Amino acid sequence: MTPTHRAGPRAAPGRLRNSILLTWSLAIALAAVLLPFYWLVVAATRSSNEIFDSPPPLMPGGHLLDNLQSLQTTAQFGRVVLNSLLIAVIYTLCAGTVCTLAGYAFAKYRFRGRDALFGLLMLGLVIPAQVTLVPLFKMMADLEWLNTYQAVIVPNLALPFGIFLMRQSMGTIPDELLDSGRVDGCGELRLFLKVVLPPMRPALAALAIFLFLFQWNDFVWPLIVLRDSASLTIPVALASLKGVVDTDYGAIMAGTAVAAIPMAIVFLALQRHFVSGLLAGAVKE
Amino acid sequence: MSTATTRRPAPARRAAPRPGPPRLTGRRLAPYLFVLPALALFAAFKLYPIAWSFVLSLHKTIDGTDTFVGADNYTRLLDDPLFWTALKNTAVILLVQVPVMLALATGLAVAFNSAVLRARAVFRLGFFLPMVTGLVAYGVIFSVLLNEKYGLVNWLLQSVGLDAVPWLTDPLWARISLGLALTWHYTGYNAVILLARLQSIPRELYDAASVDGAGAVGAFRHVTLPGLRPALLLTTVLSTIGTLQIFDEPFILTHGGPDNATLTIGVYLYQNAFTFFDFGYASAIAYALAVLIGILGLVQFKVLGDKS
Repeated sequence: MTPTHRAGPRAAPGRLRNSILLTWSLAIALAAVLLPFYWLVVAATRSSNEIFDSPPPLMPGGHLLDNLQSLQTTAQFGRVVLNSLLIAVIYTLCAGTVCTLAGYAFAKYRFRGRDALFGLLMLGLVIPAQVTLVPLFKMMADLEWLNTYQAVIVPNLALPFGIFLMRQSMGTIPDELLDSGRVDGCGELRLFLKVVLPPMRPALAALAIFLFLFQWNDFVWPLIVLRDSASLTIPVALASLKGVVDTDYGAIMAGTAVAAIPMAIVFLALQRHFVSGLLAGAVKE
Repeated sequence: MSTATTRRPAPARRAAPRPGPPRLTGRRLAPYLFVLPALALFAAFKLYPIAWSFVLSLHKTIDGTDTFVGADNYTRLLDDPLFWTALKNTAVILLVQVPVMLALATGLAVAFNSAVLRARAVFRLGFFLPMVTGLVAYGVIFSVLLNEKYGLVNWLLQSVGLDAVPWLTDPLWARISLGLALTWHYTGYNAVILLARLQSIPRELYDAASVDGAGAVGAFRHVTLPGLRPALLLTTVLSTIGTLQIFDEPFILTHGGPDNATLTIGVYLYQNAFTFFDFGYASAIAYALAVLIGILGLVQFKVLGDKS
């Protein structure tokens, strides 16, 4: 009460000035941060020559379809997009199941070895992925999985961050809810499916977006196990196009937009769940 | 096979729905079955390769066969100037880019949390958006934007009367470009983590500070920063782990060049494994990296964590 009074009429003009100053300086910073996205739209709709015009184009042009067509001829881009989509969807479903089940068990059951097992899984967060790159590649070669979807999907299914995220979210389910389900004669699996999962929908949405993004954007691992041009994912295909002598930047930018803009839209539409889901994992100490 | 075991308890429970020993058995077994897929996959595709990698690091491929060479790969590391260059480059990013980014993220988080900021949701989202962009996508965008002759950024600089900058072709500027790209990508994400923590600092602490006569700077030093400590620890540790493993950005933007100025440990490891196919040496580099991450993580917990 008192502070508000003191800050009262005298401070009001200063407050307004601060508000305008802060909002505008952040707006300018945000414009700089978003400039690459705008430039992506401009470049994706321009021919390679136009992109490197002087002065550079500032407005979108009319070459998007040409660029996509050229991607289709040089990189079988339709196939590549399909690969990316299938891999990301299958991965999200499978990894989502694995991580949710484990996260639920770690959060809601007391069992012998629980903390040790969880600690072991979290080791995966700390050990650099590069340590396993070489043997994993050899494993994939031995299994004759190179150039297959399962080579991309299977090794990352037990994603430590996903398990961590789910354990944090599952912790919010009240024990009473589980107990009342058990009293009603619900088996453990049915309890999980019918009682636990429905109220967890926002957390599951966050996990799904995270897993989908992770797989959709993943580069190093697919780069290593996918060598055949028909099996590539979008990031690998785009990277392989760059560096060719006659790099068609218009086409690459169009492919980049195809990869980035749907993600941005999905993210914007579901961000409430995504950010809050990530935060559930981030702030707990 | 495991599915058969999974299904077994269910009929038993259905047969005896009332409270009692059978239900307890299901309840006792359930958590193990729930974590089994994760653990099995983790053991097969993480733990096993980690162990294998160590074995590899003690071998060298000579005439097509793996020969045990003991610690040779590790001693070779110590004398390898390129490894030291990569280590130095990575350390520079860690000591320059990470603090700058976390300072920016703290500033952003405080701004997001400020009562006087308008359109807060728009800003929070906008600054977070780069995080959603795939590394290849933004690598491609940045390499075109930063093109020395034709890039939009240099055109903008020149149109306000400044000189063109050799963003990706000069060793120093290539490092700066890499730092800018990393900062662009991760600052918003860190700001959101910090913001969540900021929102949990009790309002009364700020009121008390202002009663004690603390200005905005004083409140930041004595209330905001101490309150942020756990989140700062988290973001510092995550950024350190991420930085030590940096691969995608230099690989896409500069291929480690020019003149190895942006060669990171991650890129060097990749080159040895998948360009020179020297898996033994690459594994030794990976283990050196793992040890480094472990040590730095511990140090950071000690320095930042103890006082909380």
